[in-house]
Amino acid sequence: MGKIIRMGEYFRRGFLEPSGDQPSLFDWIFSTDHKRIGLLYLYSISTFFAVGVTLGLLIRLELIAPGSTIVGPDTYNALFTLHGVVMIFLFIIPGIPAAFGNILLPLQIGARDVAFPRLNLFSWWLYIIGASMALSSLLGGGGPPDTGWTFYLPFAGETATNVSLAVFAVFILGFSSILTGLNFITTIHRMRAPGMTWTRLPLFIWSLYATAWVQVLATPILGITLLLILAERILGLGLFDAARGGDPLMYQHLFWIYSHPAVYIMVLPAMGVVSEIIPVFARRPIFGYKAIVASSIGIAAAGSLVWGHHMFVSGMSDTAILVFSLLTFIVAIPSAVKVFNWVATLYGGSIRLDAPMLFALSFVLLFSIGGLSGLVLGAAATDVHVHDTHFVVAHFHYVMFGGTGFAFFGALHYWFPKIFGCMYNNRRATWGWGIMIIGFNLLYFSMMLAGLRGMPRRYYDYLLQFSQLNRLATYGSWILAVGLMLMAANLLIALRRGQCVGANPWEAATLEWTVASPPPTENFAQLPQVSHGPYDFKKAGKP
Amino acid sequence: MNTSAQHHDAEGARLGMWLFLLSELLLFGGLFVLFAVYLQRYPDQFIAGGKQLSLAFGAGNTALLLTSSLTVALALEALRRNRYRLCQWLLGSTIGAALWFLVNKGLEWHAKFEHDLYPGSVTLRQAPPGHDTFFGLYYLTTGLHGLHVIIGGVILAWVLCLVRQGRITGTSPTILENSALYWHLVDVIWIFIFPLYYLLL
Repeated sequence: MGKIIRMGEYFRRGFLEPSGDQPSLFDWIFSTDHKRIGLLYLYSISTFFAVGVTLGLLIRLELIAPGSTIVGPDTYNALFTLHGVVMIFLFIIPGIPAAFGNILLPLQIGARDVAFPRLNLFSWWLYIIGASMALSSLLGGGGPPDTGWTFYLPFAGETATNVSLAVFAVFILGFSSILTGLNFITTIHRMRAPGMTWTRLPLFIWSLYATAWVQVLATPILGITLLLILAERILGLGLFDAARGGDPLMYQHLFWIYSHPAVYIMVLPAMGVVSEIIPVFARRPIFGYKAIVASSIGIAAAGSLVWGHHMFVSGMSDTAILVFSLLTFIVAIPSAVKVFNWVATLYGGSIRLDAPMLFALSFVLLFSIGGLSGLVLGAAATDVHVHDTHFVVAHFHYVMFGGTGFAFFGALHYWFPKIFGCMYNNRRATWGWGIMIIGFNLLYFSMMLAGLRGMPRRYYDYLLQFSQLNRLATYGSWILAVGLMLMAANLLIALRRGQCVGANPWEAATLEWTVASPPPTENFAQLPQVSHGPYDFKKAGKP
Repeated sequence: MNTSAQHHDAEGARLGMWLFLLSELLLFGGLFVLFAVYLQRYPDQFIAGGKQLSLAFGAGNTALLLTSSLTVALALEALRRNRYRLCQWLLGSTIGAALWFLVNKGLEWHAKFEHDLYPGSVTLRQAPPGHDTFFGLYYLTTGLHGLHVIIGGVILAWVLCLVRQGRITGTSPTILENSALYWHLVDVIWIFIFPLYYLLL
C-alpha cells in the first residue's frame, strides 16, 4: 500500500523526487542527471542575477544626481566592475545554455542524458568555485577590483586591488564554459534519437550547437589572455607595457578576440528560445527553418571576425578600422534574416499572447533596437562620436538585457510547467512583463539619449546638463526592479501553489512535451522514434 | 542514476577529447600570436635571445618527448593485443621521460637564472626593449607547456594504475586512447616551441 502511494508520488514529481539513499542536498549537488544539473545552474544563475541587479541599481542610484550621492569614486569603480563581471560571466554567458540547455538538450533530441554526465557535474562545480572566487574578490585584500570587467592593461597590471583573484575566477569560469560546449557538441552529434535528422532538430538545439562551437573556439583565447594578466601582475613581464617595448593594443586584440564572440555565446541561445516560442504561440511552423539554421551558423562565424570594432579609437590602423567596420555590418545580415523569419512566422498565425510569447515578442523589439544602434557603433565615423558614452552602454543593454535577458525570462515562462509540472498565474506574469518593458525603455532609452549628447560611460560625476536624463534613467531602474520582483514572486508562488497542467500545456510539437511534467529521471521509458519536424503541429497532435 | 554506466560510446568520448585538444591548441595559439607580432617588431632582439638559449637542452628534450610519444603509442598497441605487462612497462617509460623532461627543463631554467636572465632581473631590465619581451614569452610558453607535461604525466600515472587494476583492458581502451592523444598534443606543441625559440637563425 505504502509502496503504491510512493510510486504515484514518484510519477507526479518526476526527477525532482528525492531518490532517498542519501541526504537530499547531496542528492542534488552530486547528481549527474542533466535536469538536476540544469536546475542547479538555474538557481545559482538566478541568485547571481539578483546580485548583479542590486549592483546595477546602486550604480543608477549614484548617478541620480551630479556629484557624490551614495558612494565615493573608488566604490563606484568597484560597483561597475563587479556589476560587469557578475552579469557577463555569471549570468548572461552561462544563463540560457547552461541552465535551459542542460535541462532541455537531451529531452529535445530524445536522449537519456548528455554525452558526459560527470563532466557536466564537474563544470557546474567549476562554475560555483569560480563564482565564489569572483564574489570574494569583493572582500579583504586590496579591496574590490576597479578595472572594469575588461581588465584592460596596463592598469590591471598595476592596481593594488583584488584583480588577480577576479581574473583567476574568470579563468575557471571559462574552463567551465568550454566543458559545457564540448559536452553539447558531442551530445548533439552522438545521441540524437532514431529519426532525429539534422533538419528535424529543434532550432533551440541548433542555436546551442552554434553556441557550443563558439564556446570551444573562443574561450581558450580568453583563458590565455587572463593568464597573461596574471603573469603581468605576478612576474611583471611587461609584455603589454609600452615603456618596455610591449604593446597594450595586443592585449585589447586578444581580449576582444574572445569577448566579442562571447556576445554570440550570450545571444544565440536566446534567439533559439525565441525560435521555439514564436511558432508554438502563433500555431504555425516556423518560416524558413533552414534560413534560421544557416543564420545561426553565419552569426557564429561572422561574429568571430569583428572584434576590432571595440577598438576604433584605440590607435589601430585605418585599414584595420575599415575592414572591421565592413565585417561588423555583415553580421547584421544573418541577424536580420532571423528577425524577418520570426515576423513572417507571425504573419497569418493565430497568435496567443501568453507570458512566454510576450517575452519573445519583446525580445524581437528590444533586440532590433539594440542591433540597429549597434550599426551606429559599427560605422567608424559615428563610433568616434559616441565611443565610450552611455550610448554604448544603452546599446549593449538593449542587446544583452533586452535581448538575452528577456529571452531568458521567456524560456523561464515557457518551460516552467515542463520543469516543475505546475503553472504560474498568467495575469500576474503579464503585469510583471508590462512593468519591466516600461521601466526597461525608460532606463536605457534615457541613457541612449544622454550618450548621444556626450555623457561618458564609467564616469562617477557628470555635467549639470545630463541631470534630467540621468534622473529619468534612475526612475526607470526602479520600475524595472519592481517588474522583476513581481515576476520572481509570481514564479515562486507557482512553485508552492501552482496548478498541475499535464504534459503539454502549450500544445507544442517538440519532444520534451511528450514526456510527463516534470520529466521522469530516465526522460524516456523507451527512446522515441522521430518521424516529423519540431514545428509540425498537425502531425504532433496525433498519437 | 548514472547513465554513463548504461552506455559506452567510444566514438563520442574520442570526439569530446578532440574538441578539448582543439581548445588547448587555441590556448597556446594566443602565445604564438604574441610571438609572431613581437618577432616582427623586434627581429634582432629575438634572434639574439634565441642564441642565448641552450640548444643542447632543447634538442635533448625534443628527442625525449618524441620518444615518449612513441612509447605511449606502443603502450596502446600492447593493450589492444592484451599484453598488459608490456603496456605497463611502456607507460612507465613514458612517465619516466616526462619526469626527465621536467628535470632538464629545471636545469635549463636554473642556468638562465644563474645568468641573471629571468623576469624582472637587472640584466633584462637594462636590455633594449624586445629582449625582455623574448624572455618573458620564453618563460610563459615553456612554463605553460611544462605545466601540461606535469598534467599529462599525472594522467598517465593514473592510467597506469587503472591498467594495473584491470579497469582498462584491450576491449575498453578508451581512457588510454584519450590520454595518449593528450600526450601527443603536449609533444606536438613542443614541436612548435622548439624551432621558434631555439632554432631562430
